[in-house]
Amino acid sequence: MRYNRWFTPWVLVIPALTWLLVFNLWPSINTVILSFTNAKPIGGGHFVGLKNFETLLHDEQLRWALLNSVIYMVVCLPFLTVLPLFLAVLVEKKLPGITFFRTAFYTPVVASAVVVALIWQWILDDRGLVNGLAEKLGVISGPLPFLSDQWLLLLSAISLTIWKGLGYYMIIYLAALGNVGRELHEAAAVDGAGPLRRFVHVTVPGVRGTMILISILISVSALRVFSELFILSGGKGGPGGRDNSVVMLIQQYSQGFEGNLGYASALSIVLFFVTVVPMLVLARLNRRGAEA
Amino acid sequence: MSVVTDPARPAVAPEAPKSVRRRRSSGFNSVSPREKVARYVLLVFVLLITIGPFLWQLSTSLKGSGEDIYTRIPRLLPAQPTFDHYKAVTDTIPVWDYARNSLVVAVLVVGGNVIGASLAGFALSRLQFRGRKIVLGLFLATLVLPGEVTIISQYVTVREFGLANTLFGVALPGMIGALNVLLMYNAFRSLPVEVDQAAVVDGANAWQRFLYIGLPSVRGTISVVAIFAFIGAWDDFLWPLIVLTDPNNYTLTVGLQYLSGTFSNNPRLIAAGTMIAFIPIVIVFATLQRFFFKGVEEGAVKG
Repeated sequence: MRYNRWFTPWVLVIPALTWLLVFNLWPSINTVILSFTNAKPIGGGHFVGLKNFETLLHDEQLRWALLNSVIYMVVCLPFLTVLPLFLAVLVEKKLPGITFFRTAFYTPVVASAVVVALIWQWILDDRGLVNGLAEKLGVISGPLPFLSDQWLLLLSAISLTIWKGLGYYMIIYLAALGNVGRELHEAAAVDGAGPLRRFVHVTVPGVRGTMILISILISVSALRVFSELFILSGGKGGPGGRDNSVVMLIQQYSQGFEGNLGYASALSIVLFFVTVVPMLVLARLNRRGAEA
Repeated sequence: MSVVTDPARPAVAPEAPKSVRRRRSSGFNSVSPREKVARYVLLVFVLLITIGPFLWQLSTSLKGSGEDIYTRIPRLLPAQPTFDHYKAVTDTIPVWDYARNSLVVAVLVVGGNVIGASLAGFALSRLQFRGRKIVLGLFLATLVLPGEVTIISQYVTVREFGLANTLFGVALPGMIGALNVLLMYNAFRSLPVEVDQAAVVDGANAWQRFLYIGLPSVRGTISVVAIFAFIGAWDDFLWPLIVLTDPNNYTLTVGLQYLSGTFSNNPRLIAAGTMIAFIPIVIVFATLQRFFFKGVEEGAVKG
């Protein structure tokens, strides 16, 4: 049964489809094409064959960036899969004022990464809040170089990402918790299971699917990190450029007279593969887990 | 609630005592006083962690120039509160222009997504046409592609359009997001087909069904799309950083980075700048949060 003339649906779909083709599909193809050129940010450039990919192999900064990405992912994964679930359980009960707490916990998500990174930059400054308090308490004798040491800087950015992500994943868990049957909790309680056991044996299995989804989201966003590291390192990528992420390298090559869009595109292809691999692995795990 | 007086269905009766019993025992709907205290203690603890840094920044931005902000005994409340640094920021960088630029981009992105995504979402879920499945598949396929992967060639495309270094160039690629199309598609799908058929019988054309039947029933999802589009555009950093080269066209996030790079020795000034970028978005979110959380419950947010 048709309720419309043949072109009506197309009229409605065409704007969105145009955007999809011009700003998603064509750029995906063009990224591959560009990666074989030495295109400049201002325009121009010509075919250079596999040169960009050869350069990739010897790019020491890229090696550091990939290592940083893996560290980022490995550290973020456990914290951001578990902590937001606790938070979701905490804000699930409709106590008086709970909306305020939910909104407040979500605030770091709403704030721009630039804003929160600048706030953390000040807190982690040599003379900032954390160092000041720690020195006052006598935990340390001199300020810790949170923003200038290669590893501390990476760790600071990771903590910032975790802090900013808590509310985001909390909300996703909160939506999932609504689907966990109350009867299961009641049955477990009747059987004498305390809150902790109910959490482990009822809540966690109940949100298992969401947990896998969230771990995919965490891994992908950890590999895509940009603003936190960029701002905390003052746009320099840490000592010797060893605190870059892949996206930071892409951004660096996208600008100025030294810029090289061809090489940036080759880096983009690297980024594509490093983000897609964990996605596939986790999705695979999910399927196998569901079968078992 | 209508009382069913059909004697053949006594199943209705046991419902009542069950709910009474549930209310009496301090089971799942009520919380014991001890648990309540524990919950609030934890809630306040998390609140300090999530909101504390913002308050500290706010406090720094209000502390007088004569005040020692590096003191070893941190004071949250400024001893000599002043708005001087907010004025100083506006003298240092054209922060209001940046805010206006951010707003222009955000409004374009919100408008584009609300219109474009709901039109396409409606057509894909409520209208039959050849190629529908393929189009839907294309939208789904782009979701696996992280935006940063194509950001360079997107810049090349925008540059070819002659829109490099313009606000329109910043807004353009994000004006109809694939994810938003799928969200709207999902929302329209939950509307029963019978409603559509009834409207067709009454002689409503596709446009009328979209306007008078479809749209009013997906208001929740539209508000989620709008809120996320606004926040996303206002907060975005990497894309405007790549597109904009002229400091006059900067959006707030790029402008803030410029400010911090140039005046990193004055934390009060940077604090004031961050607050100017932060406060509007918090107000927008706080006023619209009930739509947001309602949308979450309707299932509009699935990651």
